[in-house]
Amino acid sequence: MSLTHTSPVRKAKNSVAWVLVAIAFVVAIIPLVSILWTVISRGAAAFNANFLTHSMRNVSEQDANGGAYHAILGTLEQVGIAAVITIPLALMVAIYLVEYGRGRLAQAVTFFVDVMMGLPSIVAGLFVLSFWILGLGFHASGFAASIALTILMLPIAVRSSEEMLKLVSPALREASYALGVSKWRTITKVVLPTALPGIVTGMMLGIARIVGETAPVLLLVGVTDSINANPFSNAQGSLPLFIFSESQNSVQTAINRGWAAALTLIILVMLLNLIARLIAWWKAPAAAR
Amino acid sequence: MSTDRPGPAVTEAQDEKPPTPARAGLNAKAGLGDRLFGGSARGAAVFILILMAAIAAFLIVQSVHAISADKVNFLTSFTWDPDGNTTNGVPTFGIAAIAWGTLITSVIGVLFGAPVAIGVALFITQYAPRKLGAILGYIVDLLAAVPSVVYGLWGLLVLVPHMGGISKLIEDVLGWIPMFKTNGTYGSSIFTAGVVLAIMILPIIAAIAREIYRQTPREQIEAAYALGATRWEVIRLAVLPYGRSGVTSAVILGFGRALGETIAVAMVLTQVPGLVTRILQPGGNTIAANIAVQFGEALTTGRQALIASGLILFLMTLIVNYAARLVVRRTGRAGA
Repeated sequence: MSLTHTSPVRKAKNSVAWVLVAIAFVVAIIPLVSILWTVISRGAAAFNANFLTHSMRNVSEQDANGGAYHAILGTLEQVGIAAVITIPLALMVAIYLVEYGRGRLAQAVTFFVDVMMGLPSIVAGLFVLSFWILGLGFHASGFAASIALTILMLPIAVRSSEEMLKLVSPALREASYALGVSKWRTITKVVLPTALPGIVTGMMLGIARIVGETAPVLLLVGVTDSINANPFSNAQGSLPLFIFSESQNSVQTAINRGWAAALTLIILVMLLNLIARLIAWWKAPAAAR
Repeated sequence: MSTDRPGPAVTEAQDEKPPTPARAGLNAKAGLGDRLFGGSARGAAVFILILMAAIAAFLIVQSVHAISADKVNFLTSFTWDPDGNTTNGVPTFGIAAIAWGTLITSVIGVLFGAPVAIGVALFITQYAPRKLGAILGYIVDLLAAVPSVVYGLWGLLVLVPHMGGISKLIEDVLGWIPMFKTNGTYGSSIFTAGVVLAIMILPIIAAIAREIYRQTPREQIEAAYALGATRWEVIRLAVLPYGRSGVTSAVILGFGRALGETIAVAMVLTQVPGLVTRILQPGGNTIAANIAVQFGEALTTGRQALIASGLILFLMTLIVNYAARLVVRRTGRAGA
């Protein structure tokens, strides 16, 4: 780039821009490093087998023992139910949009999936509150949180599956039709298997997103320190909510539990992300990326 | 795309090759399985519309209950006491103060987050070598994977204690403007909440901006170099103009995300009632954080009032997200 006639002013501007951009990058990395460092170093203090296998039942806030088992169990169940509802539903919507929909309905669905994408998570929680709890009269439960998480995962899952289905070459579909295979069997036997790795990746990233959702869960699961394995009745724990409630305490033992729970959550989210990317990388056809 | 069967796509059949007798024969064979599968796909699509309608309907119904019980103007009042704790049961609540808090924290978030995010995107696409850029991009994406409650915990216990110095510095320099005056305490302020929001929306804006800058036509970049432009001039003449509308839209989307962020703001901000205009001293509130914090003690009217405030938040994010799409559509260039 060393053009001999570049004036000093232009050279200086170029250098200033380079410095500013590099500073921006460093500034962006600082919080990431700081977050990961503090979560790991402070979370390690209370993160042990006891923490992962015990609940907070009959544990007062200044006790050093006690753990997040009730919260981890609750979050896994709530997210599991949400995923079981969302995955087939989102897949069918994506199939409709890519394989069937051309008219007004498809346009409306695309538009509203966009709207749902921008829906603040607390509003999803408020909807379930007004519909499920205030409207239908159910009590707070893990399942109520699952409904809200479903609403939050749906647009992510639809959008990513849609993108993956679009990538499937039309030639594959036409070859299948030419053999006399019906449309639905073409979709289930040719299109879906081809797009599967990408769809699985998208779904995993969607799950990783909702695992850490706190705001809707806060409104819907109720308050409990005990293990409740039944998501359909009574209050249930939640890992993100556990972090929040422990952080509202000024006692050091509670704060330590909060950091350990944050470490657990980060590990969970990063594992989901890692698995998703491994699937994408391992199954990706050479041409795709 | 294949549109060889009766159903919702039939109107587009003429886009494809004209149906030959062979295809007609296939259609005749399209049996129960096809109709069931197509029907359930259509059903799932219709369900999305029903879900959105239900969300709007239930939020509106509960909000109407709350607002009709309200004894002060819902849109202009600064107080938040829907259960009438201090007024012998007379519900008095309005969203003016918390809507202001929502806007000001998000504006601060965008002011700090957007330039850094654009810098990051430029660094990754224009300065870093291709392979390194991919790795750095992945690292920035990690920021997006961190759950907001972890940002909140970090903000509360690590960032808040560190914000005192910089807040004091700003007050010393700009303290003659009323907004930057304080009562001598710093920390869990609107400013800190804005900084946390900036960190949270940074990876979102950076990811979209990165994709757009990467698509800058090679010829334009090379043409600029051929004219003897420095790297910065190439960015200014080719890359930035190409990405302008897409990146603007990304920044607006980031603003929308900041508006709705709940738990991190609730954890970082010390809530005080009423309108807070001093952004450096502890205190302030946002719509979303108010919902998270007030919900525990809220009774029936209290819950409905929170739902009403949530509806306003939803409308605000809708408008913002629509604006983002409008920016892209007007210039006819899709981002990401």
